[in-house]
Amino acid sequence: MTDSAWIDAALTSARPQAVGALLRYFRNLDTAEEAFQNACLRALKNWPQHGPPRDPAAWLIMVGRNAAIDEVRRSRKQEALPEDELISDLDDAEEKLAERLDGSHYRDDILRLLFICCHPDLPATQQIALALRIVSGLTVKQIARAFLVSEAAMEQRITRAKARVASADVPFETPGAVERSERLAAVAATIYLIFNEGYSASGETSEIRKPLCEEAIRLARLLLRLFQSEPEIMGLTALLLLQHARAGARFDANGEIVLLDDQDRSLWNQKMIAEGLALIDKAMRHRRSGPYQVQAAIAALHARAARPEDTDWAQIDLLYGALEIMQPSPVVTLNRAVAVSKVRGPEAGLQMLEPLAERLSGYFHFFGVRGALLMQLGRNEEARVAFDRAIALANTSAEAAHIRSHLDRLIRDSAKLGTKASKK
Amino acid sequence: MLYAILCYHDEDVVGSWTREQDAAVMSKLAVVQDKLKKAGRLGPVARLLPTTAATTLRKDDPPVVLDGPYAETKEQLLGFYLVDCENLDDAIGVAHDLGAANPGGTYEIRPVGLFQPGGTAK
Repeated sequence: MTDSAWIDAALTSARPQAVGALLRYFRNLDTAEEAFQNACLRALKNWPQHGPPRDPAAWLIMVGRNAAIDEVRRSRKQEALPEDELISDLDDAEEKLAERLDGSHYRDDILRLLFICCHPDLPATQQIALALRIVSGLTVKQIARAFLVSEAAMEQRITRAKARVASADVPFETPGAVERSERLAAVAATIYLIFNEGYSASGETSEIRKPLCEEAIRLARLLLRLFQSEPEIMGLTALLLLQHARAGARFDANGEIVLLDDQDRSLWNQKMIAEGLALIDKAMRHRRSGPYQVQAAIAALHARAARPEDTDWAQIDLLYGALEIMQPSPVVTLNRAVAVSKVRGPEAGLQMLEPLAERLSGYFHFFGVRGALLMQLGRNEEARVAFDRAIALANTSAEAAHIRSHLDRLIRDSAKLGTKASKK
Repeated sequence: MLYAILCYHDEDVVGSWTREQDAAVMSKLAVVQDKLKKAGRLGPVARLLPTTAATTLRKDDPPVVLDGPYAETKEQLLGFYLVDCENLDDAIGVAHDLGAANPGGTYEIRPVGLFQPGGTAK
């Protein structure tokens, strides 16, 4: 690995802690971010010569803070602080000081940063953009690309979010226990949304958007390290790992969707699966279930099945039943209907779908599942109607293409039936 | 004598490697390992999953199960090698070669007192 790659990795990993601490000093996102950028520039100049400091985050906090104070003083035409090169030579002294400043704050600094980016006053789209910009340090250009919007539009979204945070009365003090657990849920939700943005990408865009999934996993691990005994955070991390493990098998060479049953399971990332299974194992020991754990448990059952026919659909049905109680939603019931159809046949699955028709009348997957179940029952005409509706509602061209392949099969089948009939 | 070479590094940093960077490090390490393997000196090698996947059992009475790694430190135990070495100098030499292939972090070199190869786990 080259020098600059090492430094990049060190800067990325130190970022949440450093920006969090700088935010505590300056109580302003822009100032904190600018101070961090300045510190990074100095690191790029200083580290290759002097070697990386023992504690990169502490170094960046010190240098960033001094640079920002220096900036203020210079603008007041006062005496400048000593050069950071001089400070960084005092390695031990620097470290002790920085540790005294930050050791006890480490956890709170990162939390505050996450809490601010996932502030309830911000709409979800702004939370995600702000978290990716401030916590992850992705460039505006990278974020814009991942969300398939122009750089200018993304810049504006982030600026708005910052203005909103600045005008909202954001407490910089450490939140109390109750608020902390509420806000923790908000942070987890943002991470989940970031992941979904990447996961729901179509074949053509999955390469561009995959970094969102990877970033979400990194943030989930970060959160888990801060809350090592929270089973829901274990569940969230496990869920993301288990889903992302299938990334390499979800699209074919033409960028078309490959359904779970048809995926080449040898392409699943076994290391991610192992980590996900270990985490869900740990979480279950706490006997405090929650939606992320249940979803992770479902993903784990898929991951554990060497072949599609080995899947424990009865257990998946039960887990979706549990999820329906925790988080009642027609989409959850739709997923349960798929499991039910595997256990008790397409007719039973279809019956479960009927009550959802009204609420999911604009939902692509509802008609996709309905069409597939009708097709299994040989009710081809009704299946065709459902598939037509699904195509009209498709979000991506890959979704539409996938349904079209079903339709083609229907047409081929009915053509075959037609020739058989005419032969008689 | 058998030596354990325990690999410590900041797992935040290692976790920030891109897949390509990770693969590059692993393939460089494979070259060093191959040399040891051919000389018949390489024992088991393990890379551990992140400490977020760790559980700690404190052997109190009754034992207490805790989430997370045993100690909260800046650098975490990320993996280990067992290598047959003439003496400490030799073991330090091996650690040097491994470190050249994968810079950053720390190796702790510990002579092995008891080694049971087992041989059934996969």
